[in-house]
Amino acid sequence: MVAATFVGETSILAGQAAWLAMRGKFSLRETIRQMAAMGVDSIPIIMLTCAATGSVLAFYVADVLVRFGGASFVGGMIALSFLLELGPVLAGVMVAARSGAAVAAEIGSMVVTEQIDALRMMSVPPVRYLVTPRVLACILMMPICGLFADMAGIFGGLLMASTHGVTQSAFMESIRTMATHADLMKGLAKTLWFGLTIAVVACHQGLNTQRGATGVGAATTRSVVLCVVFIFVSDFFLAQVLSGASASMR
Amino acid sequence: MSELRVAGVSYAVADRLILKGVDLEVRQGEILAVMGMSGSGKTTLLKCIAGLIKPSQGSITVDGEDIVPMTETQLDRVRLRIGLVFQYAALFDSLTVQANVGFGPLQHRTKTPAAVAELVTSLLADVGMPGTERMLPAELSGGMRKRVGLARALANEPGLLLYDEPTSGLDPVIARTIDDLIVETRDRRGVTSVVVSHDIPSIFRIADRVAMIDQGLIIEAGTPAELRHSSDSRVRAFVDA
Repeated sequence: MVAATFVGETSILAGQAAWLAMRGKFSLRETIRQMAAMGVDSIPIIMLTCAATGSVLAFYVADVLVRFGGASFVGGMIALSFLLELGPVLAGVMVAARSGAAVAAEIGSMVVTEQIDALRMMSVPPVRYLVTPRVLACILMMPICGLFADMAGIFGGLLMASTHGVTQSAFMESIRTMATHADLMKGLAKTLWFGLTIAVVACHQGLNTQRGATGVGAATTRSVVLCVVFIFVSDFFLAQVLSGASASMR
Repeated sequence: MSELRVAGVSYAVADRLILKGVDLEVRQGEILAVMGMSGSGKTTLLKCIAGLIKPSQGSITVDGEDIVPMTETQLDRVRLRIGLVFQYAALFDSLTVQANVGFGPLQHRTKTPAAVAELVTSLLADVGMPGTERMLPAELSGGMRKRVGLARALANEPGLLLYDEPTSGLDPVIARTIDDLIVETRDRRGVTSVVVSHDIPSIFRIADRVAMIDQGLIIEAGTPAELRHSSDSRVRAFVDA
């Protein structure tokens, strides 16, 4: 029952935001401000996380492949891992933890300090003023975050692989041989869905905050946990759907 | 100037009845004070009148329109004629005083930005806060916040102004200033006012009529003099406390 209510409420929220966005009923200035706060400001931490993950991945992969004569596969394997899976998912998790939490806390604080009621009293619907710009900003910025995640992860992998005897040219040649533009696009398609999920869940949790400061903390925690769970679960289904779609195109 | 009629309004949360059939009438340009102890249902009644929560029964008529069955979109139209001064001001903490006060007209594009800036300057002067346009809410004291909250509520030129505990948490001097502002606002702009409070001296200073709410019911309503000499023991206990 709780799950059904949650799905229903978040779907309605997403629908309202989409309807307002299509009619142009949102603040462009606020959307741009949110794009900077949710996306641009998240890029350094995404890059750091992905570079570290790429390095660790290369450390294990290069070690094994070089030992068995497969050095020419190292770059391709790391690139595919990031383009299809690690880049979008790690970017999603970092944005959920950083920006999703901030959105839930900000809107939650506005609820408990009656600022949301103040918006309603001025006939400014909170969905129009708060939710739509955040949803648009997150959807637009997530592919960019995903792109930076891919680049940082592959770069981290390249650095680590070079310490295991894989030359830069062999690494890049391996990427060119094994990875395609379609792999990049599949990963970026996932980030669009993650962006929608993060923004809608965070806004929903914020708007449903109750019981003062404790409630804001609880809403923030719930937002991060739900976003991360949805990212991993939906990633599984998206991987099936996107693989199926590309297979049918071949 | 607006007219307000509340008839048989009940409000329940879970199984608990907070309002039990409230009847009230506020005439055009009048200041009605609703007094009562904490938890008596004062703020809930105010939120029902503002359309922020829906009563489970009854009707609330603003200028002849019953707002209870209205959708949120329909309410948005009516709320343009209603201002609410929140207990803790509810200013947008990321916006300056100027942006807070001018928020409504700018969002609804009823005025040019230059006209809004002019309006904000004039409203801030009216509430005794000139030159504070660039300040942030965090830099204001409780009394200053309430005055900015009043200026913001006035920016949409409402006919009905609702005040939630306007003097609570303020020292007597600042409370007196807020009282004077409420009366001045009515005198200058002719707004109909509903003031919810448990501050007895303030209520008797500003109100044209007073209603006493107890456990979700209006138990007596009349002029301040009538309430002061009420025969109801609950009213007497509250007024004389």
